[in-house]
Amino acid sequence: MEKQIYLDHAATTAVDSRVIEKMLPYFSGVYGNASSQHFYGRRAQQALDEARDTIASLLNAQPSEIYFTSGGTEGDNWAMKGIALANQAKGKHIITTVIEHPAMLASCKDLEALGFEISYLSVDKEGRISLEELKSLIREDTILISCMYANNEIGTIQPIEEIAQIAKEKKVLFFTDAVQAIPYMNIDVKKVGMDAMAISAHKFNGPKGVGVLYVRNGVKIKSILSGGHQERTKRGGTSNVAGAVGLAEALRLSRLNLEENNAKIKMLRDHFVKRVSEEIPYAYYNGHKELRVPSNADFSFEFIEGESILFSLDLEGIAVSSGSACSSGSLEPSHVLLAIGVDEALAHGSIRFSFGKSNTLEEVDFVVDKLKEIISRLRMMSPLFKG
Amino acid sequence: MYNEKVMEAFKNPKNVGEVENYDGIGVVGNASCGDIMQITIKVENGIITDAKFKTFGCAAAVATSSTATEMVIGMTLEEALTLTNKKVVEVLEGLPPQKIHCSVLAEEAIKKAIEDYYSKQGK
Repeated sequence: MEKQIYLDHAATTAVDSRVIEKMLPYFSGVYGNASSQHFYGRRAQQALDEARDTIASLLNAQPSEIYFTSGGTEGDNWAMKGIALANQAKGKHIITTVIEHPAMLASCKDLEALGFEISYLSVDKEGRISLEELKSLIREDTILISCMYANNEIGTIQPIEEIAQIAKEKKVLFFTDAVQAIPYMNIDVKKVGMDAMAISAHKFNGPKGVGVLYVRNGVKIKSILSGGHQERTKRGGTSNVAGAVGLAEALRLSRLNLEENNAKIKMLRDHFVKRVSEEIPYAYYNGHKELRVPSNADFSFEFIEGESILFSLDLEGIAVSSGSACSSGSLEPSHVLLAIGVDEALAHGSIRFSFGKSNTLEEVDFVVDKLKEIISRLRMMSPLFKG
Repeated sequence: MYNEKVMEAFKNPKNVGEVENYDGIGVVGNASCGDIMQITIKVENGIITDAKFKTFGCAAAVATSSTATEMVIGMTLEEALTLTNKKVVEVLEGLPPQKIHCSVLAEEAIKKAIEDYYSKQGK
């Protein structure tokens, strides 16, 4: 493989060398357990406190509102279960959306098994929820609304400030999974007004295995990782000091040239979308035209299957993600694409391209050229294509 | 997830298309499940002289279709009817467990094509 082109930034990103630089002292130099009382521990604790302060100030939160986690999945699980369990005296009804991340949907299933009732908001064909439907679903016993900030498959951004406003008026708590949004948005938690928010470092050039759950002071949340007194007794487990330091630095760096990077990524994405739409027949662009993260382009290619597109691109040194997961007997296409009304066969032929600031226009053109060949080759092979 | 043999069969599949004036056709699977396989065969004196496939599906589906057509060309119909998905997987030196159903489709498509041939012959 000569060329290697990475178009899967929604899956993960490379760790910025400056982030690595910042993290390195905390592996073998300052290796103390942040909970230890001696000076080894105190130094680690200091680094952890500084990381927390940095993150709090970047999000416009209080340090006491920042909890370190292992990432997005833990954030979703903890926020949902922790808030539901701590507030069930008021009621057991929760509202979420049909297009949430699997970590969220699985957490909802777990809560249903515990006797909670979950209502799922539908989305329109561009992947947006309806505020009217949200209002209509809120009841006396509704305790929590959960809606992702931006979707991981199609990139659609939800009206988060409006949802937060409605939640506040109705005195319902509001959690948002902001994992896909935070790399591109300067989120100010006070301005937006959510009660809890999950982010994950590896989506914005930080390390894997570390995230943050923001929980507004005053919001009751039960811990789900019991044991230690870490994170103000809310989240047990030896503090991941290097990870926390890395997350803080990655978030700080991401904010430095946010507008510039977004503009570059959007330019690459828009060029790609324009060329694919013009040059590849029967290619359908999924998601909202404007209200989407700048990195995401999701296409359904009719008459062919996503995984064969993925591996054909892979053979050319191009890394993308497929919306269809073909596994034993249950060939389930993406729940997000089905929710926006893409039919099953078409949903199977879907590919997510997610661009990053290190991609170039030449790369994008190369990918479109290869994609055209691949699509037409696979269509020639398809019994569904009569063109 | 796929071995080199499977990737090679996927990259350079043999017998893509439709046999001209085919004697039998077998189509299995459905689009909503993400897998459709069509195999057409030419039969002369009880021997499969040509076989081609068209597949809508994953890399494993393409690789197994290609391999299955290669295997049945030159076989008698009786031999071809004994072709199992297991033998196709063996030639490909293995498939990930969740992809075994693709090889089953290949076996079924061949059997259907032969059945179609027989029914056209009025047997």
